[in-house]
Amino acid sequence: MKKNRQVAHPYIPNSVPQVQQEMLREIGVVSMEDLYVDIPEHLRLREAMDIPPALTEYELQRHMEKVMDKNTTCKENISFLGAGCWQHFIPSVVDEINSRSEFLTAYAGEPYEDHGRFQALFEYQSLVAELVDMDVVNVPTFDWAQAVSTALRMASRITKRNELLLPKNISPDKLLIIKNYASPDLKVMLVNYKESTGMLDLDDLKSKLSQNTAAVYFENPTFLGPIEANGQKIADLAHQAGAICVVGVDPNSLGVLAPPSHYGADIVCGDLQPLGVHMHYGGGQSGFIATHDDPTFVMEYPSRLFGIAPTEVEGEYGFGDVAYERTSFAQREKGKESVGTQTALWGITAGVYLALMGPHGMKELGQGIMQRSQYAANQLSSIPGVTCKFASAFYKEFLVDFSQTGKSVKEINQALLAKGIFGGVDMSQAFPELGQSALYCVTEVHSKEDIDTVVQAIREIV
Amino acid sequence: MKRIVRDHKVRKFHQAKWDEPVIFELHQPGERGVEVPEVEEEIEAVVGDGLSKIPAGMERKQLPNLPEIGQMRVLRHYLRISQETLGADLNVEMGQGTCTMKYSPKVNEKFARSPKMAELHPLQDESTTQGMLEMTYRLDLAMREISGMDSFSFQPGSGTQALFAMASIVRAYHESRGEGQQRDEIITTIFSHPSQAATAAVKGFKIITLYPDKDGYPDLDELKQVVSERTAGFVVANPEDTGIYNPRIKEFTQVVHEAGGICYYDQANANGLLGITRARDAGFDMCFFNLHKTFSIPHACGGPATGALGVSKELEPFLPGPIVDFDGERYHFKRDLAHSIGKVRSFYGVPPAVLRAYAWIRSLGAAGLEEVAKVAVLNNNYLYHKITQIRGASAPYIKGRRLEQVRYSWEQLTKETGITTEDVQRRMCDFGLHYWTSHHPYVVPQPFTLEPTESYSKAELDEYINALAQISKEAYEQPEIVKTAPHASVVHRIEESVLDDPKQWAITWRSYLKKAEKEYSHK
Repeated sequence: MKKNRQVAHPYIPNSVPQVQQEMLREIGVVSMEDLYVDIPEHLRLREAMDIPPALTEYELQRHMEKVMDKNTTCKENISFLGAGCWQHFIPSVVDEINSRSEFLTAYAGEPYEDHGRFQALFEYQSLVAELVDMDVVNVPTFDWAQAVSTALRMASRITKRNELLLPKNISPDKLLIIKNYASPDLKVMLVNYKESTGMLDLDDLKSKLSQNTAAVYFENPTFLGPIEANGQKIADLAHQAGAICVVGVDPNSLGVLAPPSHYGADIVCGDLQPLGVHMHYGGGQSGFIATHDDPTFVMEYPSRLFGIAPTEVEGEYGFGDVAYERTSFAQREKGKESVGTQTALWGITAGVYLALMGPHGMKELGQGIMQRSQYAANQLSSIPGVTCKFASAFYKEFLVDFSQTGKSVKEINQALLAKGIFGGVDMSQAFPELGQSALYCVTEVHSKEDIDTVVQAIREIV
Repeated sequence: MKRIVRDHKVRKFHQAKWDEPVIFELHQPGERGVEVPEVEEEIEAVVGDGLSKIPAGMERKQLPNLPEIGQMRVLRHYLRISQETLGADLNVEMGQGTCTMKYSPKVNEKFARSPKMAELHPLQDESTTQGMLEMTYRLDLAMREISGMDSFSFQPGSGTQALFAMASIVRAYHESRGEGQQRDEIITTIFSHPSQAATAAVKGFKIITLYPDKDGYPDLDELKQVVSERTAGFVVANPEDTGIYNPRIKEFTQVVHEAGGICYYDQANANGLLGITRARDAGFDMCFFNLHKTFSIPHACGGPATGALGVSKELEPFLPGPIVDFDGERYHFKRDLAHSIGKVRSFYGVPPAVLRAYAWIRSLGAAGLEEVAKVAVLNNNYLYHKITQIRGASAPYIKGRRLEQVRYSWEQLTKETGITTEDVQRRMCDFGLHYWTSHHPYVVPQPFTLEPTESYSKAELDEYINALAQISKEAYEQPEIVKTAPHASVVHRIEESVLDDPKQWAITWRSYLKKAEKEYSHK
């Protein structure tokens, strides 16, 4: 608070001294201290916290702008960063809707006062359902990693088995999240990938499948870029072993790539961030889980599932929680895992994005991305010493191997940074078997000029 | 001119009702909402259509069945359903007890949506994100002052995820000392949030739940009976969801420590405690704050949010990584956490929430934070004093001692009129107000939980009180009006049995069409 502040802080109307006195009188106590009678003296903080004095809104603006100016963004530079967070074009209507006060500041309202929130989330579920071609989608989870983690726990509960088979080419961060979520009762085992194609090694998968396998998880496109062409074979192997097939997918690709439900997936999950959510330094991530409308699966979701229902008045759509008794809200530790605040606004956002894009928009988007990324891979591999690591087709990300240039990815990226380019994500630490490789991400935001610029820059650096 | 009389005590409200179709019904083949960036001809000349590279069987054979809708129609649709949503910016949002909805300053929203925040990629070189790292570090320092803890991670994406991270740390800590197998029990209380029990159960712990004594305090004798060499941890909210602060909390943490357990603190209800008392001083080893509650981040229909996780020095090596550090010149990520549980959320959590919380703290300063706490407690006690005077309402357990919220009961109202807390909930919608009952199980009969925070004026508190008093009056004099509520909402009472019946539930539009059309064709 300002020392000379005679009236209330703008955020605290009842800091007006006269109002406080009136309220204390009404309650029948003398001072604020009387209200803290239950906090014993040995627990009271009697010294001032070391926090800088208050700023007025104008001072705050000056301060924040100064600090934020120390950031330089993917819009001020050319960025080829991906690896779980992707730069895409976001239509203005998307931002308009997710910044509306009604959605932005709503929380846990009832169907009768938050009808619109329920409808928006039901519509999000319904729109993503069309992308993945399945009948059930949940209210979003924290992120893709959480969606996978939960999908695997669902599979374990359904099969009553405890081994999980995951691809070795998974994102290292995602693997850490899954491992922590699976411990202590579920065992995570990794399946190799073919170094020539980047796809799952089917022989290794076969050798690891057993009567203990609860789920086989793989991704399409894979974390390192290639499109997994053996989806149906992997799903068949999983099913033959009595396991559930879980597939992680970039929903952005589903205008052109087959949805995993078409090649045997029982549970599909992924991240909503590429559907209209800004990167926010990694804060835009948001996960989804989709299944068929099978009660065995539906009853294992820990998340909220919004459903449509009639009301007592013919002609009205009502919305509400489906099978609420599953949740930890209703059952505490006996509920399915746990539920709480997750990322609902990004779900609504993804819904708006899909409604704007429509089927043709999604197809054109996917096609344009594939053309640009193929062009970029083509041009980059024309540089002496630079090659694309895998022979397989890819969607928007691909691995570029700089080993033959004699320079490390770190050195190249530092040199690119000096030219205003954020080079691909360095994979040499997490995947040493791939040499000095970087994961490049190309999307619809990249023009030919952007791509040619990085190609020229690398040509000069190596 | 004659003066317009406006002396009614409750608001004459009617929510916008647009009778809005579900978005799929807006489909008009050929319309489109947005154009995607076109590919240059030179690119096409080199790579062709791009799609022929897709491996056999992996191409999408039919377009996804998304609706085709012009841009303005999409906009209008979502604006209409936004009007059918009662956000905290529009109503006196004290009806969501345990979740502290407060004012989210608009200026902070501008910062969070600036390209300087929104257009950052998490894997940019650290030299290009010094501003974001600086704010993260400075928020950490402020959180340490507020809690007494030694280090914070902002990775967990909510209070629930912070509780899960803490349960993970408890497990990792005991495992690091060779006691992982032995210590398999976590003790909590029934008036703590359900996530406390649920997240610990996911980590494989057996849950022991303490019930309150006659005054509403967690029972210390019961705790002494249940602690043992199997105790891994103790997790509690204080004040609990009843708003009752346990003054003997330090004895509780001592008992658990003596048994070898870790004490972790759910600080979702911290609004009345800023600058008043600190987690560490009460003997806690870990705590979390909901940035989306106490530190004013908008709740966004249920996230994205942040559960800021604070630990003592001893537990820092167990934090999910990375955390932000400062060497006197540069801010950087510290990744060498010896016993890290790994990660709980991708990248670093939700940085725009960190930014908003930082801005909020800077706009209040130390004295302002204490004012937040005191006014929140004042507002709550004013509400408490007035509501317990309403016929049929009460606040079970000890009298005259509540912090930032209260769990009330309509038990008497229900006995005398048949009106339940759910009836009251629907009727409150008619006055443009949100009202929440409480978590299950209903240990307090016919419960409702109110938490006014510091954001509301006396006049607004009175408005909420008047609405409850009006409903009580109606319950005794004309209960039908309450029983048949809502009357001024977008929709009437929902046929909830549909939502629990696998043959009828419809979690997506396509599922609804299949099930409803099947039913329709039978008729």
